[in-house]
Amino acid sequence: MSSNNSKEGPACVPDSKPGKGFSRRIFLEGVGIGAGAVGTIGTAVPARADAHEPVGPGPVPITLNINGESHSLEVEPRVTLIDALRNSLDMTGAKKVCDRATCGACTVIVDGSPVYSCTMLAIEAQGRRIETIEGISTEDSMHPVQAQFVDKDAQQCGFCTPGLVMAGKAIADSSARPSMDDVEAGLCGNICRCGTYVGVRKAVYEAARA
Amino acid sequence: MKNFEYIAPTEALAAVQALSPQAGVTAVLAGGTDLLSLMKERIENPSRVVSLRNVRSLRGVSKKGGGLRIGATATVQDLLDSKAASGYASLLQAARGITAPQVRAMGTVAGELLQRPRCWYYRNGYGLLAMHDGEALVPNGENRYHAILGNKGPAYFVSASSLAPALISLGARATIAGPDGERGVTVADLYQIPSSDSERENTLQPNEIVTEITVPSSGSWKTATYEVRQRQLLDWPLVTASVALRMRGRKISDARVVLGHVAPIPWRSSEAEAALKGKAADEAAGMAAGEAAVASATPLSGNKAKVQLASVAVKRAVAMAG
Amino acid sequence: MATKFDWPAADDRSLIGKRHKRVDGPEKARGAAKYSYDRNLDGMLHARLVTSDVPHGRIIGIDTSNAEKVPGYMGQVNILNVGDEVQWVGAEIMAVCADTEEHARDVAAATAVHFERLPHWVKDEDVEKAGEANRVTPAKDDTKGPDLEEAWNSADATVDGYYGLGVIAHCCLEPHGQVVDWTGDEITVYASTQAVARIPADLARGLSRDESIGTVNADQVHVITPYMGGGFGSKFNIDTWGIACAQLSKKTGKPIKLMLDRDEEQMVAGGRPSDYGKIKVGAKKDGTLVAYEAETWSTGGVAGRGSPPVPYVYNNEERLAQKARHLNVSTNIGPARAWRAPNHPQAAVLTMCPMEDLAAKLEMDPVEFFKKNADLTARPEVYRYEIDKCAEMIGWKEKWHQRGDSGPGPVKRGLGLSMHTWGGRPHDSTCEVRIEPDGGVSVNMASQDLGVGTYTTLSVVAAETLGLQIPDIKVNIGSSRLPISGASGGSTTVGGTSASTRRATVNALEELKGVVAEALETEAEDLVAKDGKLFSKSDSSKSLTWKEACRKLGNRTITGQGKQPDREGGKLNDSGVGGVQMADVSVDVETGIVTINKLAAVQDVGLVLCLEQCESQVYGAVIQGIAWALYEESVYDQATGKMLNPDMEFYKLPGAADIGELEVHMVQNKYDDRGVIGIGEPPAISPGAAISNAVANAIGVRVPTLPLTPDRVLAALADA
Repeated sequence: MSSNNSKEGPACVPDSKPGKGFSRRIFLEGVGIGAGAVGTIGTAVPARADAHEPVGPGPVPITLNINGESHSLEVEPRVTLIDALRNSLDMTGAKKVCDRATCGACTVIVDGSPVYSCTMLAIEAQGRRIETIEGISTEDSMHPVQAQFVDKDAQQCGFCTPGLVMAGKAIADSSARPSMDDVEAGLCGNICRCGTYVGVRKAVYEAARA
Repeated sequence: MKNFEYIAPTEALAAVQALSPQAGVTAVLAGGTDLLSLMKERIENPSRVVSLRNVRSLRGVSKKGGGLRIGATATVQDLLDSKAASGYASLLQAARGITAPQVRAMGTVAGELLQRPRCWYYRNGYGLLAMHDGEALVPNGENRYHAILGNKGPAYFVSASSLAPALISLGARATIAGPDGERGVTVADLYQIPSSDSERENTLQPNEIVTEITVPSSGSWKTATYEVRQRQLLDWPLVTASVALRMRGRKISDARVVLGHVAPIPWRSSEAEAALKGKAADEAAGMAAGEAAVASATPLSGNKAKVQLASVAVKRAVAMAG
Repeated sequence: MATKFDWPAADDRSLIGKRHKRVDGPEKARGAAKYSYDRNLDGMLHARLVTSDVPHGRIIGIDTSNAEKVPGYMGQVNILNVGDEVQWVGAEIMAVCADTEEHARDVAAATAVHFERLPHWVKDEDVEKAGEANRVTPAKDDTKGPDLEEAWNSADATVDGYYGLGVIAHCCLEPHGQVVDWTGDEITVYASTQAVARIPADLARGLSRDESIGTVNADQVHVITPYMGGGFGSKFNIDTWGIACAQLSKKTGKPIKLMLDRDEEQMVAGGRPSDYGKIKVGAKKDGTLVAYEAETWSTGGVAGRGSPPVPYVYNNEERLAQKARHLNVSTNIGPARAWRAPNHPQAAVLTMCPMEDLAAKLEMDPVEFFKKNADLTARPEVYRYEIDKCAEMIGWKEKWHQRGDSGPGPVKRGLGLSMHTWGGRPHDSTCEVRIEPDGGVSVNMASQDLGVGTYTTLSVVAAETLGLQIPDIKVNIGSSRLPISGASGGSTTVGGTSASTRRATVNALEELKGVVAEALETEAEDLVAKDGKLFSKSDSSKSLTWKEACRKLGNRTITGQGKQPDREGGKLNDSGVGGVQMADVSVDVETGIVTINKLAAVQDVGLVLCLEQCESQVYGAVIQGIAWALYEESVYDQATGKMLNPDMEFYKLPGAADIGELEVHMVQNKYDDRGVIGIGEPPAISPGAAISNAVANAIGVRVPTLPLTPDRVLAALADA
């Protein structure tokens, strides 16, 4: 009996027959010796949003457009957007909670839509407009959704709050006069553990209709 | 998540060529909502991830012929926003059942069809057939969400797709691109019940991708999807039923009934369809269809309730459509 | 006897008891609040745990040879060693660290631990089977009150039923964990904790067991926790991961971040014990409750735990014959931790549900039945008042019907109620209030704000006392180097911290008055602090603004000290409250799906300091209650011993659209003279029982165990 702290492999036994049309050149070149070797550093091919050739598995330079500013960083292709934001850019507003596209604490807005940043690769977020909680207020004034969260006491421990605020902003952005049903529907991808939903519903409703 | 190399070709053919014919070596990334979770759990460990995001030809939802074309990277939200899809009531109802805006915005329709089972033994690393020390875990284990139909073993999981029942009942087809070119199959034929460890629950080869889903005109069909779902929050339906009824006068002349989350594949019920044909689309017919749909159900130790839920879902879907 | 520390009389309160914006609200809403998980220090490494994947076994080998070759590998420490036993899946064995989070995961995945497997057991509900597996130990056998046999003979109606609820997880959104920065002799710990002041000694003790480190003193440790993302009773200790994190920091000379992954959080960092029981209750024809007898059993992991205080609330020992026998079921699941009102939610289910069944058998309105027996409680008047108030809020009179909604259609509607009590004794607290010559005021103590509103309540207390406004006060908490205050658990924080702050502020103000009195040529006793001024009661021309008054201090800063408890400090707090909740639900009898239409809560809490934050606590507690009443359940598999849903997908919690309408009423101006009493636990107790009773009222049968999932509801209907 052994444990290596990881899950067993995929249930499917690999089919060993190579199929026709598979580009061996691209495949072998890219993976290199010892497929899946961890951290083969040095593949410094600049990643472009239209990368035809494989990049990685080592760190890859990428550029992200966050809150209207361009950020250049180097990450392995496996690094998710939430980890790039939090670990590489110290933008820690979005929170990592379930890390499995369920709870919404990591919600950011990409090209106008709310997404789970835990389940988007940072490399895939290139060329897209990323809005995070850090970008929607200024030193002097909060976004109306944020102001309403304070006004309606829509937060307790506050750990789900940035995700809920971003989900709320997406609701406000998409509809000028959402009904309470619309508001509730727009919040169906976010979980709060302290139980702040009563305030959250009111806050988003008021902010969206203001 | 194990590290991998990443490629994002601009052509579907290039994407196919970047895939390995060996299972598990490469993975196709569309929305990522399922794949990345599987990779974080180290259930999927591809050495290369092939992203479809730059392949323009795979995008969008549009009219095609008299019907509907859903590109491989069209999201669930794209589908909901599309005017072209407005006539497909059962499909839109199923899409709305994916309640989280974040998942709708990221998850693709094709990816929703091809997501791996949510069986908690599978997700905990016991394999698709949930084996441990040579024993099948599901029959005597925690099987409240498992199959009630098509569950003679060795597969007991349920198909995870909520859109497949609607698409199958609408007669949808999938176009698949592989190294030898394109082939077309019905959406129903995308699925299989694995009979051994070496098979998956879908019929795609490791180096094939779905390029689009096409749905014929729904003009002459009345359609509906009913989901039994516990929460409004993003949640898996306990059971889904999609029906399509073609009427002649007040009588049902043709019927398609497909259940989701009850069997390892989307489960088409010819028994329910037979019970509907020639009847008025009323409560009695719905009830008879519901009963027929589960007549051959064989619940496991802990999922008897799903038999009733399936029956009720069919009944209510018929009522909604009729 | 009145003292200078007493809370101002109702007419003199300008802030206490009113609605206020949460002081820390803007920081949180902006996403700018820095939690432990958010700390990124220079050169920081990322650590991960290596945990057990067997439910019971002995470690026979640990192989780190592959792990050490992983790029970025920086170090490892053992928590357990070869020869040690693990007793649950997820048990902490090692901590490893690397340069990036991704590499740290690779290192953990490459670490192999080998076990000799030992027999395990993870099931608790079937107590007979658990007994056959030698997992059951009697824990309590209590008989109280009048003769039980006589009481049963006098009963005209009895109910003999089975009730229960399973194990649930705390599921804190910020997982357990910390960042530790060990530089020189100084150990800085950014810990996600409910006990800022307790962690230094806890960590020092843990580290001192490591011979390679030697003695560590508590005063070397500085804990910093301005914000924390949820605890609910599970975050009082440094835990193995905190000690390991510090060891790694010492070893590598770098700051280390070690926060649990979601599955670890769900499996090992918090769980509420189950409780199941065979309950018998009896009453006379007129509804007088005469006897209660329970055999209960529960698990909270290997050690068992979870003995519920039954009969609950209705427990008068002179008039109610009662017997409670409890059995501990030992299971190989992560050990239980305190969960908001430990054992009380379970006790409410095991008491209020059988009582409601008995009322139904007597064909009595439960409101009448519960009121009639209110003399069996410790607070008859409180409960009678609260039942009436709550009934009015939920529309009980108009909507209640006898068991079983006879209306047409598959959706049945019903009402149910439950009651609860909690102590909430204030914890010990010391506070230092500073008044600066520039007029600045700070409240300083090593307390913490779990999201309950501590920043806000302390601001209100100090501002009220000084005649200032909330923004004039700076509250410094969340640092162990400040005056010591208790851990936040058991609803003890607000009572303790508000009292020490009140006393410290009064003392500081007294000193300021002394200085100002001289300047204004009057007596200190003649001065009043109000509306941002200090002025003479006898001569209104003698007045200074707050800033002018403070300027009289010259270069001197005033420090006022305050303590809780303090014998001479007046009566500022108390313990013991009552609350009533009522639920209005709809049940689809064809699908078994339960929907909350409305839940009403009435809560007594003595003197309310901040009304809005009080209400928020109650809303939150009720929503958590809806979660465990309808959705939440830690599911364990006997064959593998694993928790199958250590996630947030099949570990189900409600969303904003799943909670119905909620209405909260705080009882104010009725029990204010009792002082401040904690609010965290009481409202978290009743929701499950109230909702279960409403479901029974709707569908005509009792669904015995929670959560009230469709399969359980349909099974109960089928059995009826």
